[in-house]
Amino acid sequence: MQKPATDPLFSTLADATFRAYREAATSLPPDVLRVIDAAAARETNPVALGEFVNIRQNIRIAKELGVPLCQDTGVPVVYLTLPPEVPLTQGLYDAVAEGCRRATREVPLRPNVVDPLTRHNTGDNTGAGMPAIHVRPGKKFTITILPKGAGAENSSRITMLLPTHTYGIEGFVVETMLYAEGKPCPPVFLGVGIGGTFDMAASLAKEALLLPVDTMTDYEQKICDSVNKLGIGPMGQGGDTTALAVKVKTAGCHTASLPVAVNVQCWANRHATREVKW
Amino acid sequence: MVKTAPVQLRTPLGDEILELRAGDRVELSGIVYTARDEAHLRMQKEGIPFDPKGAVIYHCGPVVKDNHILAAGPTTSARMNELSGFLLDAGVRGLIGKGGMGSAVRDQLRGRGVYFAFTGGCAALAASHMRLEGVCFEDLGMAEAIWAIRLERLPLVVGIDYEGNDIFETARKKARAVFLKHFPARST
Repeated sequence: MQKPATDPLFSTLADATFRAYREAATSLPPDVLRVIDAAAARETNPVALGEFVNIRQNIRIAKELGVPLCQDTGVPVVYLTLPPEVPLTQGLYDAVAEGCRRATREVPLRPNVVDPLTRHNTGDNTGAGMPAIHVRPGKKFTITILPKGAGAENSSRITMLLPTHTYGIEGFVVETMLYAEGKPCPPVFLGVGIGGTFDMAASLAKEALLLPVDTMTDYEQKICDSVNKLGIGPMGQGGDTTALAVKVKTAGCHTASLPVAVNVQCWANRHATREVKW
Repeated sequence: MVKTAPVQLRTPLGDEILELRAGDRVELSGIVYTARDEAHLRMQKEGIPFDPKGAVIYHCGPVVKDNHILAAGPTTSARMNELSGFLLDAGVRGLIGKGGMGSAVRDQLRGRGVYFAFTGGCAALAASHMRLEGVCFEDLGMAEAIWAIRLERLPLVVGIDYEGNDIFETARKKARAVFLKHFPARST
């Protein structure tokens, strides 16, 4: 399976995958940190304030020691951007998988990937169709790793609204958190995919989590405020901060459709991007 | 009212826990025992492999490497809703986890125990307050074994007190009322 180390594309991509995975598992992006700090400064509930103290100390310790932020180190979701001179081959998929295996051994990560029916653990976070790799054309050769934990992923939902019911989108997002309560480890980030097709809405929702979270459109802010009125608070223990940000991505859809997907992400909105230089 | 400084507690726990109120912050020191679903089932069958009097159970599947705890955040306690009564009957006085527990456990805690919440996702912070002391049922695997862990001032909040006050239930009731008010069409 593994190509010879002399293949420069294979070894540099595997190495970039490993480094991006390690960074994503042990530290948070600056925009995510800014949003957590700002919410902690605004929070008024004393129990919630204590949760923010723990969260911020945890972030500091994980970064200092280079250990995972959370023992649920997730499953690997990967985004590749390929410039014209890099052809899409099976070798790229193999290199990313090799980087994931190395990260599992060396960071270390918890082996989370199992066969969905037999529940047999593959032991290295690859195999059985994982990692999930999404490829896009671009100017630079980059890899983004988004490790996705189960608590938040399990609280995600999708619906096909009536096309005239655009006003129902906000209610669906808020209802998603009403049902989720403390399970996804709030305060959460909510990626909302609107439009496209059934499958595309879910992809958009996940990609929305990669957008800068320290700015929101008026529409995103309105939904975020509406979620926060629930008062679920950090860990479902009550407080002003249930959602740290709502990010929306849209795509054209059938005139008779309105797909809406909500991908819930815990406060640890982990992701890291590396340029692959070969 | 929430007290300003965290209450210092040490295991095994005694009647000092009757002073605690939901929402109080505490720092817990001493030995605790991790247990998830499989460990609970095994203890029901084969007995509790430690002295349960005043003991504290931590709902956690840690990452352990070379006899060191690397990461040890809480897991979802609700999975243990049907599995906790026998422990409290045997003298366990504290449960630690995330997300709260069901009304049956709330009733089982009444008059004798408390549920502590530790912040979900804070595995590195937890590990920095821990030293590994031992292990039972290791054949269940790393996540499901019972690990005896010595805590040094682990910061927790009282989620459910011995009178049945429950910060999770309070938040849940409020969220439902707010949702009903703002989105009556979605509330059935």
